[in-house]
Amino acid sequence: MSTTSDHYYVPEPSRWPIIGASGVFIILFGLILWMNGVNAGMWITALGMVWIAYLFKGWFGEVISENLSGDYNEQVDRSFRQGMFWFITSEVFFFLTFFGCLYYLRNITLPYLGGEGYLGASHMLWENFTYSWPPLSLPDGSGYVEAKHAMGPGGIPLINTIILLSSGATLTWAHWGLKKESNRQLVLGLLFTVILGVSFFILQAYEYGHAYTEMNLRLDSGIYGSTFYMLTGFHGLHVTIGTIMLIVMLGRAMKKHFTVHNHFAFEGVAWYWHFVDVVWIALYIFVYWL
Amino acid sequence: MTTAVAHDDHHHGAPSGIKRWLFSTNHKDIGTMYLIFALVMLFLGGGAAMLIRAELYMPGLQILDPDTYNNMVTNHALIMVFGVVMPAAAGMANWMIPMMIGAPDMALPRLNNLSFWLLPFGAAMLIISMFAPYFPGGGTAVNTGWTLYPPLSIQAGMGMDFTIFTIHILGISSILASINIVTTIVNMRAPGMSWFKLPLFVWAWLLTGLLLIMVMPVLAGGVTMLLFDRHFGTAFFDAAGGGDPVLFQHLFWFFGHPEVYVLLLPSIGILGMVVPTFSRKPLFAYKPLVYSMMCLTALGMVVWAHHQYTVGMSQTVTTYFMIGTILISIPVGYMLFSFIFTMWRGSMSFETPMLFAVAIVLMFSFAGVTGVMLAVVPADLQYHDTYFVVAHFHYALIPGALFGIYAGTFYWLPKWTGHMYNERLGKIFFWWTTISFNMTFFVQHFSGLAGMPRRIVDYSPIYMEFNVISSIGAFAFGLSHLLFLYIIIQTVRGGKKAGDKPWDGAQVGTPGLEWTLSSPPPFHSFETPPLVK
Repeated sequence: MSTTSDHYYVPEPSRWPIIGASGVFIILFGLILWMNGVNAGMWITALGMVWIAYLFKGWFGEVISENLSGDYNEQVDRSFRQGMFWFITSEVFFFLTFFGCLYYLRNITLPYLGGEGYLGASHMLWENFTYSWPPLSLPDGSGYVEAKHAMGPGGIPLINTIILLSSGATLTWAHWGLKKESNRQLVLGLLFTVILGVSFFILQAYEYGHAYTEMNLRLDSGIYGSTFYMLTGFHGLHVTIGTIMLIVMLGRAMKKHFTVHNHFAFEGVAWYWHFVDVVWIALYIFVYWL
Repeated sequence: MTTAVAHDDHHHGAPSGIKRWLFSTNHKDIGTMYLIFALVMLFLGGGAAMLIRAELYMPGLQILDPDTYNNMVTNHALIMVFGVVMPAAAGMANWMIPMMIGAPDMALPRLNNLSFWLLPFGAAMLIISMFAPYFPGGGTAVNTGWTLYPPLSIQAGMGMDFTIFTIHILGISSILASINIVTTIVNMRAPGMSWFKLPLFVWAWLLTGLLLIMVMPVLAGGVTMLLFDRHFGTAFFDAAGGGDPVLFQHLFWFFGHPEVYVLLLPSIGILGMVVPTFSRKPLFAYKPLVYSMMCLTALGMVVWAHHQYTVGMSQTVTTYFMIGTILISIPVGYMLFSFIFTMWRGSMSFETPMLFAVAIVLMFSFAGVTGVMLAVVPADLQYHDTYFVVAHFHYALIPGALFGIYAGTFYWLPKWTGHMYNERLGKIFFWWTTISFNMTFFVQHFSGLAGMPRRIVDYSPIYMEFNVISSIGAFAFGLSHLLFLYIIIQTVRGGKKAGDKPWDGAQVGTPGLEWTLSSPPPFHSFETPPLVK
């Protein structure tokens, strides 16, 4: 970074935002067609994905080159940091929604369906239903594929917990490397983190396959399958996004983009990764374990 | 307060043509686009309302079939909430907040443009949803009302998917806009612009932004689950599979109740600017007013289930939500008294913005009173799903949100355009809307108490007189907006030149730096941060 601007950097008109908005529209439009049995929808969605990938490359490329040419002063850096902070806050609430649902279903809905409490009127509807978590047999399983087993806390989920926790550690180690200006430690730390992220992804995919084929635990296995896949699925999506961001950071670290005083992108990704980590711990406790 | 508006040489004036509008990174241009978008949607949502009132003019089926009627009810609400009030408030935030706090622009200008451009695409999706029943295999129209309760929303046709994704797009837009606004307020204040020098409008938007960041993702999660229940066989809202339709209601209202404050708070902020100006007196008890807004924000997050008293929650739960809801009248009452005491012994004059402000204090109190009535569980069991509720929330949202936006429009139009609007026409517009609004909705209290159910296309002939009055009022209310449009176009195109400070009381109280700029302000303002003493 050469010189720091004394003005707050206000970018020139940019074509990226409208490309982004249209990309979101194309993806969702395609998805609707696809979900309603129009196969062309798949191709429209794919087109939208390419459009969005082009957007990310272009928009972030522009930001990176502006940053490298020293357009951003400290105040701009603070804006990015605060923006990322509030973005992660909104993500926290997104996940809280699903955890809240799990809590509600386990503590209110299902006990009522099982006939507990003075409002347990459903006992008149499904008299044979007794509640226990996980509910492998449903009040009325006719529209659903009932699961054979529940997911336990041992095995792959435990390994995945260890993987994600250690990836948090390697990422922090990379951050220390950045702070003491050791590019080698930064790159190595990021590389380990990426490898751990990818292994998590592979194991999770294997686990899903196992659950679908052998345990009969599916998205349409009633409320247990629904909450299981919703929570772990959205977490997996975030791991995927986080891993892609980490790979970009690895590339930028290899190009020596980061300095001790200017590395918001790295920190933003690190925050995001730690957030994904914390969500997993909550998942492990509430979905797999308890 | 002194300012130095230095003009930088590497920034030139406004870029020209299509680039200026499609690719904008300027908070004033983006604010203008937000406001134009909101105005266009106002006529669309208003059109839906006119159809509803035309249908209800007489008992029996007149012009709409029941499905289309319910679709109009749904889209009237969705358009007015997500397409009119929120974008208009965001447009004003875009225009005014950087100028008030002495910032060169919004903190993240490109993100700002993304938040705007998501809106037209979301609106396109919403409009497609209305036509989905005519597609091959399109199924029934979106006939659930804006609350999208399952199981009806799971049975609805393809249009529901478009509605769900509309909510996703508009939700992303408002989360991004809120992130930007909150970051701007926290990070971009000019040196010396300390927290308790901030104009009330800025405070109001800070809290609105925080609310949106917290509750919008919950709605997004809720409608995502709805989508999965519709297409991928999940059982979230199906009791047979172990789920619960009431769960959706909790998710919806966890968003939906704070949303009321999202719509209300920016208008409270505008009142905080308008009332001191035309009373020529500082805002009464500014700090406690800010605290009461915080209190409202916090309480607003934890009272959502008062929308669901009749679904069979336990008595403990309904009692908690009842008490929480009634508590909200304390901060709201505080705000209204604060405005009344600002007017007290002020040297008041009644230009159009002030007329709207006085009307808001009066008519919003009315909604507050019916709100307390509805908050009481045993009473609500009678009022639930009647026109009493319709009257209540239209008294809350039209004065509480829309009139605030009108007040802001008339208050800031001279600053935005550099021209004074036609005061006489403004006053005519005020009286026309206020009288016709009351004519439309006041009688609905009576038809509601008499038991007329809402969201039903037909009604018993005993309610006819009320509905005729209401419909005539609604047509007049709708028509008045053509005058609104005319005043705005007239002001944009010309008129008496407005000074930098078109209102002589504008510097009283806690204004920001907006009046130190010229009218209209330069394309880039405050490139060098001004020092606020």
